[in-house]
Amino acid sequence: MSTTPTAPAVAPRRLKAPAVLGGGRAAGALGKGMIGVYLSVLVLLPVAALLAKAGSGGLDAFWREVTGPQAQAAIKLTLAMSAIVVAINAVFGTLIAWVLVRDEFPGKRTVNALIDLPFALPTIVAGVVLLALYGTNSPLGIDVAFTRASIALALLFVTLPFVVRSVQPVLIEMDRSMEEAAASLGAGPVTVLRRIVLPTLTPAIVSGVALSFARAVGEFGSLVLITGNLPFKTEVGSVYVFSQIQDENLPAAAAVSVVLLAAALIVLGALTFISRWRSKHVL
Amino acid sequence: MSSMQKVVMSIRTPAVVLTLLAATLGLAACGSSSSGSSSGGDSHVTLVAYSTPQGAYEKLIPAFQATPEGKGVSFSQSYGPSGEQSRAVANGLHADAVNFSLEPDVTRLVKAGLVSSSWNQNATHGFVTESVAVIIVRKGNPKHITSWSDLVKPGVGVLTPNPFTSGSARWNIMAAYGAQIKEGKSPAEAQAYLRALFKNVVSQDSSARNALQTFLAGRGDALIDYESEAIADQKKGAAIEYVIPPHTILIQNPVAVVGSNASASKFVNYLISPAGQKIWAEKGYRPVIPGVAAPGQFPTPTGLFTIADLGGWTAVDKQFFEPETGIVTKIEQSLGVSTSK
Amino acid sequence: MSFSRLGLRTVALGYLALLLLAPVAMIFYRTFEHGIAPVWDAVTAPNAVHAFWLSIEIVVIAVPLNTAFGVGMALLLERGSFKGKALLSTLVDLPFAISPVVVGLALVLVYGKTGWFGDWLIGHGIQVIFSVPGMVLATAVVSLPFVVRETAPVLRELGTDAEQAAATLGAGAWLTFRRITLPAIRWGIVYGVVLTTARALGEFGAVSVVSGRIEGQTQTLPLYVQGQFENFNITGAYASAVVLALLALATLVAMNLLTRRTPARESALTTP
Repeated sequence: MSTTPTAPAVAPRRLKAPAVLGGGRAAGALGKGMIGVYLSVLVLLPVAALLAKAGSGGLDAFWREVTGPQAQAAIKLTLAMSAIVVAINAVFGTLIAWVLVRDEFPGKRTVNALIDLPFALPTIVAGVVLLALYGTNSPLGIDVAFTRASIALALLFVTLPFVVRSVQPVLIEMDRSMEEAAASLGAGPVTVLRRIVLPTLTPAIVSGVALSFARAVGEFGSLVLITGNLPFKTEVGSVYVFSQIQDENLPAAAAVSVVLLAAALIVLGALTFISRWRSKHVL
Repeated sequence: MSSMQKVVMSIRTPAVVLTLLAATLGLAACGSSSSGSSSGGDSHVTLVAYSTPQGAYEKLIPAFQATPEGKGVSFSQSYGPSGEQSRAVANGLHADAVNFSLEPDVTRLVKAGLVSSSWNQNATHGFVTESVAVIIVRKGNPKHITSWSDLVKPGVGVLTPNPFTSGSARWNIMAAYGAQIKEGKSPAEAQAYLRALFKNVVSQDSSARNALQTFLAGRGDALIDYESEAIADQKKGAAIEYVIPPHTILIQNPVAVVGSNASASKFVNYLISPAGQKIWAEKGYRPVIPGVAAPGQFPTPTGLFTIADLGGWTAVDKQFFEPETGIVTKIEQSLGVSTSK
Repeated sequence: MSFSRLGLRTVALGYLALLLLAPVAMIFYRTFEHGIAPVWDAVTAPNAVHAFWLSIEIVVIAVPLNTAFGVGMALLLERGSFKGKALLSTLVDLPFAISPVVVGLALVLVYGKTGWFGDWLIGHGIQVIFSVPGMVLATAVVSLPFVVRETAPVLRELGTDAEQAAATLGAGAWLTFRRITLPAIRWGIVYGVVLTTARALGEFGAVSVVSGRIEGQTQTLPLYVQGQFENFNITGAYASAVVLALLALATLVAMNLLTRRTPARESALTTP
């Protein structure tokens, strides 16, 4: 039973508790200060350094690096594959979370424990294993190595936990009384899903999708073996960036990284916006 | 203070405590297991090297420590991709001796003021080992590959590390190119050969080791690599053979002292001494001094050439591998544009 | 209902079988292919043991830091009222969207010898890059968003009614947090910590740039795995990978146990 009393899970959110962190009281400020310092040391400064490096040759150089044919091919491939992968994750991740929370079957605990594994494995292990399983000598007879499908495969593997683990806590805490009420009023399972369950889960799904997309855009280690890194065919953005670093062409590496980052930010921003919009205009 | 602010504050306190605790733990831990900066004076040597010779150093270091000069000297070792290691040292990774895959990785450190500019003014011109570019094929050589020209035949899948992510892969490309020139082709014809070669490339892994993994996983028919790698892989049981083409490039690996660590100098001297070179030869590396290898152990290709014959690395890098104007860059682009799905 | 339930279960499990179970099975197969002895030798090698403890040390520092930050940030985002929340939220995700190698590079650009603060740091005797602090930093950066992303949606779904009710009934702030908010978000925190730990354990790219890979000193277990692959010690590589996987599993089990002991009301929708 959720702790919220009869407050419906889908009512317009009232997130502003009375006079909370907006005020500049000492305690709140200390907390915000610590968070600020942590964020700066870990995120803001490094990203600023990256931006500085990317722009160090001037705007012309930046534009040239980023619009070169090989860079363009790599960026487009990355973004396209990442989009496909997160779409698949949104569906299957939610499905898996649902089955893990609402269903019972022998071995469920084991399966649940394994979900995080792709994440704990060093990416080279993921790459070697995927190549062994789904490459030329595949024991399962599935050979997708060195094709674009292999990119999707590797990305799906490394982003598996995100949507699942984002949705699970929300599903666990969800108040089922709404679903039961709707069902007793005659709503079919699809309607219940569409109008009650999914809206509740949307912020969590969006959170998981955001993580998946970010990871997919930056992923490197698991892709290097199974994709073959063929320029213009299976070379993704991160591999191109890596090759620029090896070439001592740091501004180019930083520039393409910044573009990928910007793309990820736009997608994440859009997703967050949609999620908040949906939560205000539900039912 | 409102209750919610109290909530926030009371969350903050444990959070602050946790953070401080973790930070203190961290600093204490760091103090004990300190960084690469060895304060053991001259009796400690930090070796930063490329990945391949790790197996050789397993034997070389104890052998050195058994000599009078090496007695009591302790070692820290770091192995990784040659370019990355070199850049790390340039960025502050402490090193006393470095051993890289190609000369530009040492030149970078000379420019950074870490290696003396007279580093290669010794008997071996700064090199500690040599190797040659070879073609690795499957055991039994089913496709009967014996030379560079076999690699451009239709239906032959070629593997090479990506020359843009693996500096050492550039040896491979220049070996193929240089062989064409040595066989009498004009530069234009040699470039056409490179184009045909890249057309047959089915995978460009980020490193030689990854390329081998891919090859062993069943992909392709031929892998361009170093002889020393091929020998090491065979010793570990890989079902491969290798072919030394008649015309191929001599790969020279440099070693240098960083700073003024006396033990490091002695170690480097040991590495190029007959005793050290004998161990290198055992491990599949061509020695740089005569009289060490067993006769016939390392057949000399009839048409051996060096990177100097092609203009030296600086010129070659600029001509072939420059990001926008390089010959290889353009080849990859033209192939990609016409054949990308 | 049971037909569609079976259908859902089949689809989910089928997907997982292909994408998760087969690779895991393959890893275990390859590890124990030649028997237990080589595996035991591999994981008890001195460099492997040191890499293991170094990985643990880094995780023990980075994960609590990120957890404290994560819960605080989630509260800020879902209970605070100020402008620019969306911006703050995406800031948290930023390091994750950058390729790990580039993260390492950016850290070197800021804290390395030739970086922005390099001189100041070295002048004060602090070595960040190519030393354990730099590795902790890199690990914390790449595993930053999880606790936030796991906890925030739960906080959102929870709503503030119970918290406000408790406040009006006279409950103190800590009590409210402990009895109302924390139990409700605990699964978010649990999975956030599990994900953070898993990522911190398996992190390779960023750490490889800032570590210097010194065997027996700055080599984490993933770096060690890479070294084993490079040296063609496949069994050694897989064995260490299995150790990492087991550590991740252990984290989940431990978090499960800890959470059950949190004094809170029983949940009818029980734990996976």
